Amino acid sequence: MDPSRKRRIRLGVALSTAVLLAAALVYTSFSASSEAVKPSQLVAQAVPGRNYHLTGKVVNGSIRHDGGVTWFKVRDRDATTSAKAVEIRYTGSVPDPFANGREVIVDVKKGTAGDYIGAPDSLITKCPSKFSAKTKQT
Amino acid sequence: MEVILIILALAVVVWVVSGPLRRAERPEAASAARRAGLQAAKEAKYREIRDAELDWRTGKLSERDYREQDRRLRAEAVEILRELDELD
Amino acid sequence: MAVVGRACLIIAFVVSIYGVGAAIHGARPGNRRFAESARRSVYAIAGLVTFSFAILEGAFLTSNFSFVTVVTHSSTTTPFFYKAAAAWSSQEGSLLLWAFLLSVWSSVVLTITRNRLRDVTPYATAVLLGFATFFLGLLVFTNSPFDTVAGPAPVEGSGLNPLLRHPSMMTHPIALYSGYTLAAVPFAFAIGALIARRIDAEWIAATRRFALGSWLALGIGLLLGARWSYVELGWGGYWAWDPVENAALLPWLTATALIHSIQIQEKRGMLKIWNVSLTLATGTLAIVGTFLVRSGILDSIHAFVEQGNEIAWLFTGLICVMCAGSIALVVSRRALLASENRIEALLSREAVFLMNNLVLVALTFVVFWGTFFPLISEALTGEKHALGPPWFGKYIVPLTIILAVLSGIGPVLSWRRATGLNARRNFAIPILLAGAAVVVSLALGGGRSLGAELMFAACAFLLGCVGQEFWRGTRARRAMSGEALPVALVSLVRRNRRRYGGYLVHAGVALLFVGIAASSAFQHVITPTLQVGQTAHVGGYAIHYDRPTGTITTKGGRLERINLGSDLTVRQGGKVVTRLHTERGYYPTDDSSLGVVSRYFEGEQTSEVGLKAGARRDIWTVVSPDTDPLRPIISQGDKVFGDAKNLPPSMGAALLGQAIRGIVNRYERNPPPAQFRFIVSPLVSWIWFGALVILFGGAISIWPPPGGATRRVRARYLARVGRESAATTS
Repeated sequence: MDPSRKRRIRLGVALSTAVLLAAALVYTSFSASSEAVKPSQLVAQAVPGRNYHLTGKVVNGSIRHDGGVTWFKVRDRDATTSAKAVEIRYTGSVPDPFANGREVIVDVKKGTAGDYIGAPDSLITKCPSKFSAKTKQT
Repeated sequence: MEVILIILALAVVVWVVSGPLRRAERPEAASAARRAGLQAAKEAKYREIRDAELDWRTGKLSERDYREQDRRLRAEAVEILRELDELD
Repeated sequence: MAVVGRACLIIAFVVSIYGVGAAIHGARPGNRRFAESARRSVYAIAGLVTFSFAILEGAFLTSNFSFVTVVTHSSTTTPFFYKAAAAWSSQEGSLLLWAFLLSVWSSVVLTITRNRLRDVTPYATAVLLGFATFFLGLLVFTNSPFDTVAGPAPVEGSGLNPLLRHPSMMTHPIALYSGYTLAAVPFAFAIGALIARRIDAEWIAATRRFALGSWLALGIGLLLGARWSYVELGWGGYWAWDPVENAALLPWLTATALIHSIQIQEKRGMLKIWNVSLTLATGTLAIVGTFLVRSGILDSIHAFVEQGNEIAWLFTGLICVMCAGSIALVVSRRALLASENRIEALLSREAVFLMNNLVLVALTFVVFWGTFFPLISEALTGEKHALGPPWFGKYIVPLTIILAVLSGIGPVLSWRRATGLNARRNFAIPILLAGAAVVVSLALGGGRSLGAELMFAACAFLLGCVGQEFWRGTRARRAMSGEALPVALVSLVRRNRRRYGGYLVHAGVALLFVGIAASSAFQHVITPTLQVGQTAHVGGYAIHYDRPTGTITTKGGRLERINLGSDLTVRQGGKVVTRLHTERGYYPTDDSSLGVVSRYFEGEQTSEVGLKAGARRDIWTVVSPDTDPLRPIISQGDKVFGDAKNLPPSMGAALLGQAIRGIVNRYERNPPPAQFRFIVSPLVSWIWFGALVILFGGAISIWPPPGGATRRVRARYLARVGRESAATTS
């Protein structure tokens, strides 16, 4: 086999591998991902059993610890009331900055009873932006 | 006080930045760039020669392959030296 | 002084615009002095920005609360060390840090290259000044660190988030930003070289050092961030595939690929398009990384700013310009970038390096796709979707295993075409080691994770190859010079810094991968709730809750922090392994809607991790005390102090201190069950040790050889080559 044909075969193999990898990547990313939603969207359209990636703010005064379980409510970041807030039942590590009014990210699933269960250890609390202790919204 | 500091900073900056503009332009050999490129190529070639020797001594190249590579690399080095000489 | 700082930035901004013009004009022959003026502009900007930065630091260190950024990010009770670091904890401060580091590194680089790459440097200067213009523009027009408070300065500031009170806060941002700004340097020189049509040996030699510098700095930044996360935060992990973490990983991956493909261009004149593209990609990804951190465009734990600010659009514009410009330049100069040679055999170092680079690019693509998937999916489907660590792991693990194997194979082969018989002999021992590693780890119970097994085998293979290289090299050196073994090793490395520095990096990578594989696959985590005197069992250890602890930290007469924690004893097989102490720190808040006593329990909280690190495994603990039983007393205290409004302040403060002391003592005497998180993780220390080896190897590789040695070597070769040429011509 002359060198240029060898080179073309190698190029073909490399390109095919790349295309296969890219296709696998794209396909699995759509099937493995969870939809990123706000609490108001979750309330409106959540399907039981599906995973969601919820972002929002912790409603002041909604945090309860019960043994290893943490209960808290999450509202939309720009909501003025906690009317459309979602209550989450969460187990697992709770980040240090977790507190009233903090922005959180948590993976949740809607249970058959209509409640929302947080995936263990999936709670992330964003580092507060101005590092000020003043969080006086709802 | 603060105004003085600002004016001072401005003066220093203008003086530093305009320095070269106040001098006459220094003429430069047109071949300077080519010479620099050849010098760098020469260094790289010497490094290659040493690396090939180290490859042979650490058992990656057989003696025959090494001799052949060494000969080729030295010939390429001589070529670069010749081009450098031509520039002078 | 705020006015002076602002004025300096404005002057710097104007100078950088001038500099861009002067540099471009100075690129023409006969206008050398304009290029020099542009270089001095860089120096001037460095001076001005340094002065501004000093003013800002001074304001923080003296708690000058007339500066808005000081009042919102510092306080009189913040320790001195962290006051200095608070300067770059804000958006404006961190942009100023970026501009400062960019101007300093640009000055260093332009000084080093002032007599080299004569036709490239003016364009490179223009690009660096272009970046300076962008960041200075942001600092002057949209995010000024020198805004002052209207009216009289407040007496106290909000303080630095206690989560950031860790030594890494001093070093992690500086290291990362150094990495980002250093990536701008090879980018600028690549653009310059493309414009000046000088993609040659001189350019590639200069680019190599810049790329290594950026790679080192980014690596240090990533390592510090991981270490900070592990010892300071309460989750016990070191990497979360968070968008901001990934943002720093992306240019590091492309820089790694670049460092390897540079060697191929130096040796064989091949992969020029690769080198130029990787250099441009690294610079662009560094800006993308900065953009991700500062724009809030992706949900991240590092959400330092509110979303949707104007900076996001400006950065997007800059990135588009960089991408479009890079592509246009590469396409228009593609004739210049044609390879001088071809890959002759698959069994050659360049073929393996090329495969290595393909794997690295694949890794970059995976991380990029996963990071930006929320935006990609939103653009494609209208719905925002997020990907988590399991998805990343699925692709990263096999790719890094392949990477480890290739890193072992590559250095053992020779250039152009390796002698087959030699290659087979050279891989015998490493393959044996890989087999041994599999046997050992299976015996230790590692069979549960195929990925980890394969990684152990691959890394054992890699370490075998590296060890073999050092051994053979030392032996060869001894044969040539007669030195004793240790001396031969040292002089071998000294004379071949690039090669053996690189081998050391590979060894460090092997240790790092083993540490990550073991600690990810074989970790034991439990989160028990324990009463005093109870024991939890995890990973073969028995952890006993000995007693609760309650302390108060004061500073300068003020209460800084309340600490409620636990003393623990860890035993294995009945014998005491270690004693651990972990606690939770409660910082007071000045939220006036809360009661006086409540303020001390409702503010920021931090975890003090109880950690016993070891060569074989780490034992990691945090505690979450239950403060609910204290609530009745706290509310009572709120009421009492709320009613007693006409107490003289000093008396009130003393009584308050006593009350809090009393509450803390009550916790100690009558502790409720506390929630713990215990993690037993094997081989975590290998990660930190491996990282240090990587950095050490990188430092060796970047270190310039002593001038004398090069001259001696040069002279010797000159003589031999000269004799040869005389022989052939005569």
